Amino acid sequence: MIKLENIIFLIVAAAGIGLFIWQIRKIRKNVLMGRDLDITDNPSERVKKTLLVAFGQQKMFKRMLPAVLHLFVYVGFLVINVEVIEILIDGISGSHRVLGFLGPVYNALMFINEILAALVIVACAIFLWRRNIIKVPRLSRGVEMRAWPKVDANTILIIEIVLMFALFAFNIAGLKLAELEGVAAVGRYPVSSLFVNLFGNNPETLHTIERAGWWFHIIGILAFMNYLPSSKHFHIIMAFPNVYYSKLLPKGKFTTNPAITHEIKAMLDPSYQPPTPKTDAEGNPVIERFGAKDVEDLTWKQLMDSYTCTECGRCTAVCPANVTGKLLSPRKIVMDTRDRLEEKGERPAIFAPNHYKELGVERVHVTEENTLLRGYITPEELWACTTCNACVEACPVGIDQLSTIMDLRRFLVLEESAAPASLNTMFTNIENNGAPWAFSPADRFNWSEELYVPNKN
Amino acid sequence: MEENKRLVKVPTMAEMAANGEEPEILFWVGCAGSFDDRYKRVTRAFVQILEHIGIKYAVLGTEESCTGEPAKRAGNEFLFQMQAITNIEVMNAYNVKKIVTACPHCFNTIKNEYPDLGGNYEVIHHSTYLQQLINEGKVRLQGGGDFKGRRITYHDSCYLGRANDIYEAPRDVLAALDADLVEMKRIRANGLCCGAGGAQMFKEPEPGRKDINVERTEEALATLGQQGDSVIATACPFCMVMMTDGVKNKEQEENVKVFDIAELIAQAEGLSR
Repeated sequence: MIKLENIIFLIVAAAGIGLFIWQIRKIRKNVLMGRDLDITDNPSERVKKTLLVAFGQQKMFKRMLPAVLHLFVYVGFLVINVEVIEILIDGISGSHRVLGFLGPVYNALMFINEILAALVIVACAIFLWRRNIIKVPRLSRGVEMRAWPKVDANTILIIEIVLMFALFAFNIAGLKLAELEGVAAVGRYPVSSLFVNLFGNNPETLHTIERAGWWFHIIGILAFMNYLPSSKHFHIIMAFPNVYYSKLLPKGKFTTNPAITHEIKAMLDPSYQPPTPKTDAEGNPVIERFGAKDVEDLTWKQLMDSYTCTECGRCTAVCPANVTGKLLSPRKIVMDTRDRLEEKGERPAIFAPNHYKELGVERVHVTEENTLLRGYITPEELWACTTCNACVEACPVGIDQLSTIMDLRRFLVLEESAAPASLNTMFTNIENNGAPWAFSPADRFNWSEELYVPNKN
Repeated sequence: MEENKRLVKVPTMAEMAANGEEPEILFWVGCAGSFDDRYKRVTRAFVQILEHIGIKYAVLGTEESCTGEPAKRAGNEFLFQMQAITNIEVMNAYNVKKIVTACPHCFNTIKNEYPDLGGNYEVIHHSTYLQQLINEGKVRLQGGGDFKGRRITYHDSCYLGRANDIYEAPRDVLAALDADLVEMKRIRANGLCCGAGGAQMFKEPEPGRKDINVERTEEALATLGQQGDSVIATACPFCMVMMTDGVKNKEQEENVKVFDIAELIAQAEGLSR
């Protein structure tokens, strides 16, 4: 039977989903601001990696305690979503626990749901404690971890806890109502049954609580969904495509710029015919920057990385530069990319970038330049990188922080000749001597002089 | 004793080509292996091993030039490609098929980045090569030699490890020494960089609390303990410099020596004394 309540629900749900789609389109537009990059190779290997790293949480298990707690929340999210589907159907059609016909399966599902919901509350509480009381360094330190990122992380955890409580309120009230009506409850509720008398036994109150719990949970979910695009929590969606499109090649293989290859080949061999350059709509050749100065110089995958980042700081915690007190933090590189991308492109519902200049005296000396390079990320950070790939290895969601650092470095060197003086000396040595040090190439083979080996007997 | 050894004449590709010959492997020496006084000893140790097993090898000699790796990591893609294309022309002219090198940076660049520019070779790092020699019984290390029972810890090179997933080969080589192998806390995929990669070797570090090589050396020293006469084993010229400097910084030169795995094998096999 369709009631006014169902119609209201339908409108609320449609508005929530509509708003979400509107935000997703903005983010898609932002990501597509990036340079083209063809990643259509090895689909089966990519699926396998996605199953292992994204679905299977493989990289999370480098740190056991957070991995287990995160697993509770992750599995809780996946399984409780089945109940959310039911809630949606109930809301639209006016049915009550429509999946109840599944019988024992439904009982098991609700049973697992309740256990998971309780574990989610425990895990989120421990997460809050880690962030705010014991202040785990990777979660609390760093210039990038202030203002919005801090509020954001705590908001998510609190919302998750509140949502779980709403679910319990709904279940407890429903359970008590069934008991009062003398009918068997649909489903099994190990946690709620412990608190079955919590709300007394006034059917009217119980009914109100059940409806309120239901409404709160569903509106909470819709609101949460629309909060995602402004939050690190967006990783629950982006982790999957981002791992799928992550690099399968050896981590040591950096990209090669074919435009430079053509230039050199033409220089070495005047008869060499480079391919005709790409042209824009008016037929003028497109001159691409070498390296990256701003977000549109990065590839769409690098921009997608920035929307996948969950700000966990595992990259920064293993960065040799960062652990020895240098300014570089791979997490900041990724977060800055997202901030700058939204400043330049489209904005989701909440837009709260880290503007380091507004934060008072800082070690990050950004300039007024309205670009990713220098406006957000300073050369000092970029030059501190040892390209050791520890950040890439540590990331649980397939982000390639190093590729962004490298592209920004390339711009500094190729477009601005702004490398540190000692590196310019190294370049000159390679050019003149074929070695990064100032040795004569004629001496290259001197090591072989006066070399003996024992005779074999 | 003096008489029971022979002078080695290291063959070059040019000489081989002049005689109409092709070596089985090209030993890519690299700039550190050619010019750095400390790493020249590693080059020599590796050549002693090659001579000892009697494989047909050659080097490019003065025709070798920097792979361009430091330029590439520093962002100078233009200079990198200039170097790479020139080197590839030289190697392709000699019909090079198989390359072995003692430098993980050269190894990574030639193996992973040269193919895009027309250089397709089978590239082996000397750790993998030494592992093969030991497995094939070409290097026997009877009783482990000088290093039997000595405490050794292996420092992972980023460009061997994370960059190319080579973690076992250098450890297998060390295992053949019958030494007391101990592992640091941050190893393999979680290994801590020595601080020299990404062209850091050629510049001063950015301001910070501590130098990266000191952080890493402290970890190595804590792992090795106080007993003295122990070894930090490396498989990369840059790691060697950084760890050696770190040991000096901690004033532990008397107790801890830094050796490349090729030196350890050459010594244990009695090739370089």
